[in-house]
Amino acid sequence: MTDIDEAAQVARLPYDVVVIGAGGSGLRAAIEARMAGKRTAIISKSLFGKAHTVMAEGGCAAAMGNVNPHDNWMVHFRDTMRGGKFLNNWRMAELHAKEAPERVWELEAWGAVFDRTGDGKISQRNFGGHTYPRLAHVGDRTGLEMIRTLQQKVVALQQEDAVRLGDPEAMIKVFAETTITRLLKDGGKIAGAFGYVRETGGFVVFEAPAVVLATGGIGKVFKVTSNSWEYTGDGHALALLAGATLLNMEFVQFHPTHMVWPPSVRGLLVTESVRGDGGVLRNSEGRRYMFDYVPDVFRAQYAETEEEADRWYTDPDNNRRPPELLPRDEVARANNAEVKAGRGSPHGGVYLDIASRLPAAEILRRLPSMYHQFKELADVDITKEPMEVGPAQHYVMGGVEVDADTGASVVPGLFAAGEVSGGMHGSNRLGGNSLSDLLVFGRRAGLGAAEYVDSLAGGRPAVTDEAIAAAAGEALAPLRRMSGENPYTVHGEVQEVMSGLVGIIRREDEIKTALAELERLRERAASVRAEGGLAYNPGWHLALDLRNIMLIAECVALAALERTESRGGHTREDFPEMSPEWRRINLICSLDGGRVRLRRQEMPPMREDLLALFDRAELKKYMTDEELPPAAEPADGEGTH
Amino acid sequence: MGTKVRMRVWRGDGGAGGLVDYEVEVNEGEVVLDVLHRLQATQAGDLAVRWNCKAGKCGSCSMEINGRPRLACMTRMSLFDPADAITITPMRTFPVIRDLVTDVSFNYEKARQIPSFTPDPSVGLGEFRMQQVDVERSQEFRKCIECFLCQNVCHVIRDHPENMPAYAGPRFLMRIAELEMHPADTADRRAIAQDEFGLGLCNITKCCTEVCPEGIHITDNALIPMKERVMSRKYDPVVWLGGKIARRPRRDTPKVPGGRA
Repeated sequence: MTDIDEAAQVARLPYDVVVIGAGGSGLRAAIEARMAGKRTAIISKSLFGKAHTVMAEGGCAAAMGNVNPHDNWMVHFRDTMRGGKFLNNWRMAELHAKEAPERVWELEAWGAVFDRTGDGKISQRNFGGHTYPRLAHVGDRTGLEMIRTLQQKVVALQQEDAVRLGDPEAMIKVFAETTITRLLKDGGKIAGAFGYVRETGGFVVFEAPAVVLATGGIGKVFKVTSNSWEYTGDGHALALLAGATLLNMEFVQFHPTHMVWPPSVRGLLVTESVRGDGGVLRNSEGRRYMFDYVPDVFRAQYAETEEEADRWYTDPDNNRRPPELLPRDEVARANNAEVKAGRGSPHGGVYLDIASRLPAAEILRRLPSMYHQFKELADVDITKEPMEVGPAQHYVMGGVEVDADTGASVVPGLFAAGEVSGGMHGSNRLGGNSLSDLLVFGRRAGLGAAEYVDSLAGGRPAVTDEAIAAAAGEALAPLRRMSGENPYTVHGEVQEVMSGLVGIIRREDEIKTALAELERLRERAASVRAEGGLAYNPGWHLALDLRNIMLIAECVALAALERTESRGGHTREDFPEMSPEWRRINLICSLDGGRVRLRRQEMPPMREDLLALFDRAELKKYMTDEELPPAAEPADGEGTH
Repeated sequence: MGTKVRMRVWRGDGGAGGLVDYEVEVNEGEVVLDVLHRLQATQAGDLAVRWNCKAGKCGSCSMEINGRPRLACMTRMSLFDPADAITITPMRTFPVIRDLVTDVSFNYEKARQIPSFTPDPSVGLGEFRMQQVDVERSQEFRKCIECFLCQNVCHVIRDHPENMPAYAGPRFLMRIAELEMHPADTADRRAIAQDEFGLGLCNITKCCTEVCPEGIHITDNALIPMKERVMSRKYDPVVWLGGKIARRPRRDTPKVPGGRA
């Protein structure tokens, strides 16, 4: 039987909107599309409810002002732009800050049970880079609460449909353990998606005019990462292959605190809440070194003595913040520098101390997962001794270039939300801004997709047998090869290259070496062989994921080489300064004849009313003179518009 | 520097299979999942294992290790005598898909039958007011990572698959308790807990509590209090009289129809 004959046998499932990814943004997008009356499919690489979002610990940032009434969207907007070093898509940062509170309250109405304040409202905690206590949370398992709530909301909608239409899956259906390997197009427009079902290895085609990418990040491009196996850059690669563009892929977040020992848990996240709740970083000499690492742009907002920093926890209005709560990129670089200077812990980390800062009972109440994690996996009792921690890859700020309001990519019918999309977080994401990002832009992408489907008015793009055959042939190739390398070996080598040469600190010669290595690995990755059959075969799945990993590794390396400055999640040892000229530049990756192409694209100037939210003196640290507002205007911008 | 350990891993699919012996390297501090991954990467590329976070937070890598239901990512190798082989088998209560991966769709079907959170519709966004002490009971149950180890170990279905249609299992009886104890929920699931979801079949042997990787007191805090609520409702004279007069013996929120996964 030829591939074309086989393609005719593949199940074709018609939908209005297909959401790829069942984490926070995917579920939120699907819920919105279904509430807009669209037949919606949710494609989940894992079981329903297991998405990487469950790993989020600290909380969901939203300026509700429940703990400090001074908080509002403007403060949150400013914090987000500062955290991203002003490279953020300012419209996204604006929408995010304005809409996050409503998205959190919505979760509560769907059954989320957040921790409470004394007056019965949703409690909010401190986090790095946030001026006020802002993170809605449930202990240190906020991501789990969010996933479970969204999962249960999907179920609630299915229950409505069961009563109304006699079939719970009439309007919204979850395809668990299903992986999409290709987006299908008709002319320039999205026509559907092709994938396989893990359990059987059988192929499936979703015929849908709108696809929302919500696939998360790219952690498995790197060796030491807090990301799960699913994070192979699938959405990033699918978008590239479908003709969409990726934005600023050089910005990769290395979260400062992960477990470093034992080796098997290297990269396991230690929540920022530990620092938000009073934990401090110390080196092998016992010095609380973060005071030595406050950069000029943040000097005014951070304490200069331990006494002032410690007073801040109880009197935040009259003291400045402890430097342990600087944005993540700053803390990660500091931790890295201490280890490099020979002041690290025995296993190559630094010390994070909460034991001497809070009573044991309070640690157990606020950080139960952390206690559990260290006790069970490292025999460390965090109520009695400090933790050994170090940086690991955690998040990617770069992603699919989208329209801020609708999540639309440059390809008609293709939308993206959450970690797979780019722009919102600029060069560095603040802790807590991810969960809120998922909700705000998940909803907007779902709505954007629904409106796009309406705009088609019946004339839907079609999927051809030829396209299905090509996708099936590509997917079967690693199983059909008689010889070829083990995909696990090739993947391991890509990770070594990326972690070693395009990691937290970068240099031109090393990135060039990495690109040459990747070139060689590309050929090897394209000819790996998977042993075994179609049914639940992880080796085969990795062989298919490798295509995505290779593409994304190349994007990260190319963009890292091009940007000759240091900013947020991109640190160039050979260009240590932040440059106002570079701030105006977005780096765009696209695919041209199978090869990644990189170009520069000017950042649109920030809207005047948003610009006016900042002090001119602060803007001057980031922007070129011609971008600054006229000096005569009052600093707070009152009455000028 | 690693030592070798003997692993006996169940390989096969729904039709047939058996234990296959492997010798695998183990390093200091590793967990069972590390060793299974090394097995995949070096000797058995197609070994089917379900896993995600490798941090005890997603509940994917549930299996039976030397006969005990556990998460492979939270089971340290140092727990075992290096001289003995370690036997790894899939969860017994659910049908095997392949190797260590089982079909857990039973759980998703049960989840869909339980009436969802039902707040008072007049409460606006951001207007909920609940005290921490009042939400803590539900919060304990919401720590559940849905690893389904409690479902797997519960003898009501482990030894009697015929009970599956009439029994939701500890995880979903606990879900009912969670909603019943939610301060802002208005539905009443007490009658269906007993009649539709088989609360009465649970005879509180606490096996579920013992295997819970989150340490949730499923039996003491969810199942027993739920049984008490069901009983107090059943023997409440006002409810009894109301039922007689109104000829509506059950005014509870009904089980959701058509809940096939």
